[in-house]
Amino acid sequence: MSPRTSQADAPARTTYLGMPTVPPRSPYGTGNLRGDRKFPRAAHDELRNDQLRRNLGKATHTIRAKRLAVTGELPDWEALRDAGSAIKTDTMNRLPELLEQLEAKVTEAGGTVHWARDGAEANDIVTRLVQQTGSDEVIKVKSMATQEIGLNEHLAEQGIKAHETDLAELIVQLADDKPSHILVPAIHRNRDEIREIFRDRIPGVDPDLDSVPAHLAAAARAYLREKFLTTPVAVSGANFGIAETGTLSVVESEGNGRMCLTLPDTLITVMGIEKILPRFADLEVFLQLLPRSSTGERMNPYTSMWTGVTPGDGPQNFHLVLLDNGRTAALADKIGRQALNCIRCSACLNVCPVYERAGGHAYGSTYPGPIGAVLTPQLAGMDVSSDDPNSSLPYASTLCGACYDACPVKIDIPSLLVELRHQHTEAAGTTAEQLAMKAAAAVMGRPGVYRAAQKASGLGRALAGRDGRISHLPPPFNGWSDTRDTPAPPKQTFRAWLASEEGAKTMRAAAKEGREALRTTTAEEGARGRSAGAHAEDAAGSRADGDVHDEEEQ
Amino acid sequence: MTAPTTAREAILARIRDAQALAPAEEVTIPRAYRTGRTLPTDELLELLTDRLVDYKAEVHACPAADTAQVLAAVLRDHGARRIGVPPSLDPSWLTAYDGEVRRDSADVPAPELDALDGVVTASAVTCAETGTIFLDASPDQGRRALTLVPDLHVCVVDRSTVEAGVPETVARLAPTRPTTLISGPSATSDIELERVEGVHGPRTLVVVIRTDA
Repeated sequence: MSPRTSQADAPARTTYLGMPTVPPRSPYGTGNLRGDRKFPRAAHDELRNDQLRRNLGKATHTIRAKRLAVTGELPDWEALRDAGSAIKTDTMNRLPELLEQLEAKVTEAGGTVHWARDGAEANDIVTRLVQQTGSDEVIKVKSMATQEIGLNEHLAEQGIKAHETDLAELIVQLADDKPSHILVPAIHRNRDEIREIFRDRIPGVDPDLDSVPAHLAAAARAYLREKFLTTPVAVSGANFGIAETGTLSVVESEGNGRMCLTLPDTLITVMGIEKILPRFADLEVFLQLLPRSSTGERMNPYTSMWTGVTPGDGPQNFHLVLLDNGRTAALADKIGRQALNCIRCSACLNVCPVYERAGGHAYGSTYPGPIGAVLTPQLAGMDVSSDDPNSSLPYASTLCGACYDACPVKIDIPSLLVELRHQHTEAAGTTAEQLAMKAAAAVMGRPGVYRAAQKASGLGRALAGRDGRISHLPPPFNGWSDTRDTPAPPKQTFRAWLASEEGAKTMRAAAKEGREALRTTTAEEGARGRSAGAHAEDAAGSRADGDVHDEEEQ
Repeated sequence: MTAPTTAREAILARIRDAQALAPAEEVTIPRAYRTGRTLPTDELLELLTDRLVDYKAEVHACPAADTAQVLAAVLRDHGARRIGVPPSLDPSWLTAYDGEVRRDSADVPAPELDALDGVVTASAVTCAETGTIFLDASPDQGRRALTLVPDLHVCVVDRSTVEAGVPETVARLAPTRPTTLISGPSATSDIELERVEGVHGPRTLVVVIRTDA
């Protein structure tokens, strides 16, 4: 079993006593929820990619400005955020009854509901459902849940080809790449790169295709149209599932979602259990919060809603797969469970100074950015016994708080990051960094040893690079230098300088200068006090002038 | 404790365990946001038109008596010689149109819709503040594929179906009908965040607002 990271709360502590009354914690999720190296290492490499940083900087700043404009025009934006946050909290409080209600309503409307404990089980269910149709191809709507469980890879192993139909997902798929943003997964690619990908990978594409975005979009339209019209099975995610009515909803822009949700005979929707909303009327809140936070539009071009099966309209076979995959593990954390309120708008990515520079790939998970840094370790765990990349994610932040301000459902991401850091530190026991801190405390507590250490640290200059920074310190100090550059020690310590003749001379000169400055300031203040009355009269005069001028203009 | 036998039982048990480990905090939902708003007709239609134009939709306003003339002019301007219509579209709307009209039904295979120049439909309800038209697959709007596959969608919106904001609009929906929300033509910003109108859905959206209907 993976080590638990949140046993600091009272009920969990009793597990150590072997009390039978304490329920077990859920297992963590599986799939694309863990990178192959820690965040600082991954970010270090990504930061060297100038093209990536230019693309990301432009993109995040553009969406940021749009989001601020359209959220600013709603006088009740904060009231909507409050409602959205409370509705999601209420949802988590009543999850079992709401899921059972959703299941009953979907079934009543002619759909079939499946439950999947983890990614592997969901992949098996979807594969079996596709095989039952006899098709060896599926069309897909962009979906974080199926990305999370690695559905496309699993289907490929079973001989089923999954065609991504969102333009950005298509670019990523054709390039054998990974998405780097929740909303615009190919944000790290520019138009010339995309033209090359299309020319290399789309069969029969015009070899003279240029890099005008409208022409690239037209090439994707032509390529996918035939797939939409002939593929009998579609797989989608869901933005919302309404317990009260059994209605599911997908929010999109291009129309590829409508194609997949409407044209095939069979539709399979994979939805995380946290995506549920209690009432149909709750859409009045989320249809305002999501588009404005996500793309910075008043409303996204297309939203589809469907309830089970409608005879004569759309897929006649509908399957809903309800996915846990670590969500119940996150739910057991009083503070961390807030991350489940996320509606995947990606506003927190776009405002994050760390994401803007490091990009989505550095997080190693399907969920990048600030929300990824709190969601990923909770869904898939932070295994402190090994060098788990997920244990570095809570530190991939400056705690500036911009994400909290941007979040439409008010997830307090900075507090979650701090809590996860705390859990990680508690679980980690003795780390190199803690050893380094202990050593530093011991040295600083004894003046004699401290002086000796300072003298010795002069040797540190030899470790520094040409930029005067040390990026690798020897043990036990490497715990510190693994995540930070350290400035090289100065030639002379401050204490040594102060004790020298040069230091004494400088201090005497400074004291003299200070005394003179004090005398001058006092004299100036006296002069200003005498003329203050005259200044006030001038100010009153200009105000009167202003008034007259205004009246003339009217 | 016996091990749960199905994934369903297992997940529901896991949730109840999680809620026991971290008990829920009671929450009341504050609904202080704007609801029940109304606007005078001229303001409402001005707002709607502004939002539709912002999304690059083409907008025409006319009295109900002129519907047939306006629709015929729009279809002619877009060179639509063969159009599809839902099963129960008001036949009087197309009396001035001289092209071919194909009445849709569930048996028409989707690839045949690809051969249409455009489609004319009514609409269920419209939100002015966001410029969003809601189609609910009623017989005068047709099945979802009809308004999706052709490249031109001409949509008639009646004044009486226009609401100010999202809450007022959502309140008028029939939840279990297949519903499509349309805000301008299909678009993507996936390439360098440059907006391109028209990917997979209709690349042209024309809205005819009937100001007295």
